[in-house]
Amino acid sequence: MMDLPTLLQILDSTIRLGTPLLLACLAGLFSERAGIFDIGLEGKMLAAAFLSAAVAFVTGSVWLGLVAGIVASLLMSAIHGLASITFRGNQLISGVAINFLASGLTVLLGQYWFALGGRTPSLEGAARFAPITLPFAEELRGVPVLGPVYRELISGHTALVYVALLAVPASWWLLYRTRFGLRLRAVGENPAAVDTAGVSVVGIRYAAVAICGLLTGLAGAYLACSLSAGFVKEMTAGRGYIALAALIFAKWRPWQALGATMLFGLLEAVANRYQSLNLWGLPLPVQFMQALPYILTVIILAGFVGKAIPPRAGGQPYVKER
Amino acid sequence: MERMPAWADALLVPLISLAVAFAISSGVILAIGENPWEALKIMVTGALGSSYGWGYTLYYATNFIFTGLAVAVAFHASLFNIGGEGQATLGGLGVALACLFVPWPHWSLALIGAAAMGAAFGAAWAAVPAWLQARRGSHIVITTIMFNFIAASLLNYVLVNVLRPTGSMDPATARFPGATSLPGIGDMLTAVGIPFAKTTPANVTLFIALGACFLVWALIWRTRLGYEIRAFGKSEKAAVYAGISPVRITMLAMLISGALAGLMAINNVMGEAERLVLNSVEGAGFIGIAVALMGRSHPFGVLLAALLFGFLYQGGAELALWTSIPRELITVIQALVILFTGALDNMVRQPVEALFLRARKGAK
Repeated sequence: MMDLPTLLQILDSTIRLGTPLLLACLAGLFSERAGIFDIGLEGKMLAAAFLSAAVAFVTGSVWLGLVAGIVASLLMSAIHGLASITFRGNQLISGVAINFLASGLTVLLGQYWFALGGRTPSLEGAARFAPITLPFAEELRGVPVLGPVYRELISGHTALVYVALLAVPASWWLLYRTRFGLRLRAVGENPAAVDTAGVSVVGIRYAAVAICGLLTGLAGAYLACSLSAGFVKEMTAGRGYIALAALIFAKWRPWQALGATMLFGLLEAVANRYQSLNLWGLPLPVQFMQALPYILTVIILAGFVGKAIPPRAGGQPYVKER
Repeated sequence: MERMPAWADALLVPLISLAVAFAISSGVILAIGENPWEALKIMVTGALGSSYGWGYTLYYATNFIFTGLAVAVAFHASLFNIGGEGQATLGGLGVALACLFVPWPHWSLALIGAAAMGAAFGAAWAAVPAWLQARRGSHIVITTIMFNFIAASLLNYVLVNVLRPTGSMDPATARFPGATSLPGIGDMLTAVGIPFAKTTPANVTLFIALGACFLVWALIWRTRLGYEIRAFGKSEKAAVYAGISPVRITMLAMLISGALAGLMAINNVMGEAERLVLNSVEGAGFIGIAVALMGRSHPFGVLLAALLFGFLYQGGAELALWTSIPRELITVIQALVILFTGALDNMVRQPVEALFLRARKGAK
């Protein structure tokens, strides 16, 4: 049986590892709910991670880095929007291109600017996000169970963790309680109807892609300036695809996205901590734990555990009738 | 509706897209303070200036022919197979098992056996996403991406826990027996009196790749199945109306696609490394997407595009050796080629089409 400190440590790293997945998953949620498939989440995160770390190192301010990261990921979003909305190209191919573009450009520019083989120098002090201690964390220390849970698990994360957690109800509110959200969801299901109502399909889709860029920007900056101390080549390591998997797992809904990303974060935290697990006498190799999010997604997609129905107009460019 | 001539559609548009991609790549090289013209010279000399360079260029091109054909066959059925990477990984496992556990008397027999195993493993890895797409409607793009990751984990497990020789720290299989060693292009050409560097990885697999190009062409344009695949790809509804089974075509197209990706392993695993290592595919599965898009899913176009990417790969390696431009420049060029020949196709196509139509009106 696991003791409380170990459990808290695992849950703590679950939150830290789940945060970039959550931000990227919500990013994909906005884009795909508006009918724009985005397999370029990985590339956008990578671009944001690189530029945020580079700017944070040069200026010494993590906040300027954050802005730069968002700009990088918005630029990638603009390419995706241009290809898939304006020129009605294949959204999947555009996403693949963005992933390669980010993967190549980050190393090329990183080598040119810093000559460290594609890394940025390590970030220190104000160039990194500092942990925030919530009020009463120290005072409640002595309280059994609740004290350590509050101190270790809830308090002491960096700003973007709380931003990510707040983004869940905010996304829910925006999507289900505002006119913009209704239109955004409608554009993903039946763009012709939205067009008939006199609302610009192109405008809503660009807005959705921009929100996606903003959120992947936060995710990338978090990876480079909070979870790690600087950018490393290919540091997203498939997180964009795991976020995509979580999005399907969550059936394109915000609260479920929180659950799915934290589950995948937990899997990663456990795989990091234990090299091999024994579950009821069955040995589970670490590679199995690493592949589990992908296997779970395939099972979900197969419809064996509830049906995952994507937005109906997803992936199709909208051609206005003449 | 009026359209532009076929030659403009098949040649002019891709060439303009390619030119745009390379123009932007030159811009990138300028932006990192290097001279694009000098860079091109180093790439041409390094990749095509010697038989040694040609050997590497042809070796890479062989990989890309297989993965490019794999993506192209699926494209004809309107299926986007992003899983070439995983299918080629599993193909490598099949080839390794064939080479390690069967006592082959001669390389030619070993080649046939290994090719069959590689293709079978690649096809099997494509079969699950294909079945899920055909029967359960699961999006094949997402499932093939997931299967790439699962393949990487599976291979990691097999290499570390099963196939690693005892006492070895390296997650790789033992070296394949000598009888499975394929003759290199250098040996073959030298034997007939043409001097060619012997130390390059280009091997007899190149001819199998060329044969695969011809067979895929024959399959797509000269057989009933090929017709059904194209009909299904153009319009699923019309195909169903004509009595073509979507399940059967999806399965067959993906099995052929996976088998082609798996076949790549006889080049990189059996021909070059002569043992199975982690990440032996090295992204060739993804380059197949760029190759198929550039080649307009036609085997001859795939061949040309694969040669171009073979040149870029070898040239990029030389560039990294002689200048401070990292190899990742090739990734950027690859991304731009995919972007302009694939996703931004309409950006080039629409103006060209408008130009043709205006010229035609003027002539009347």
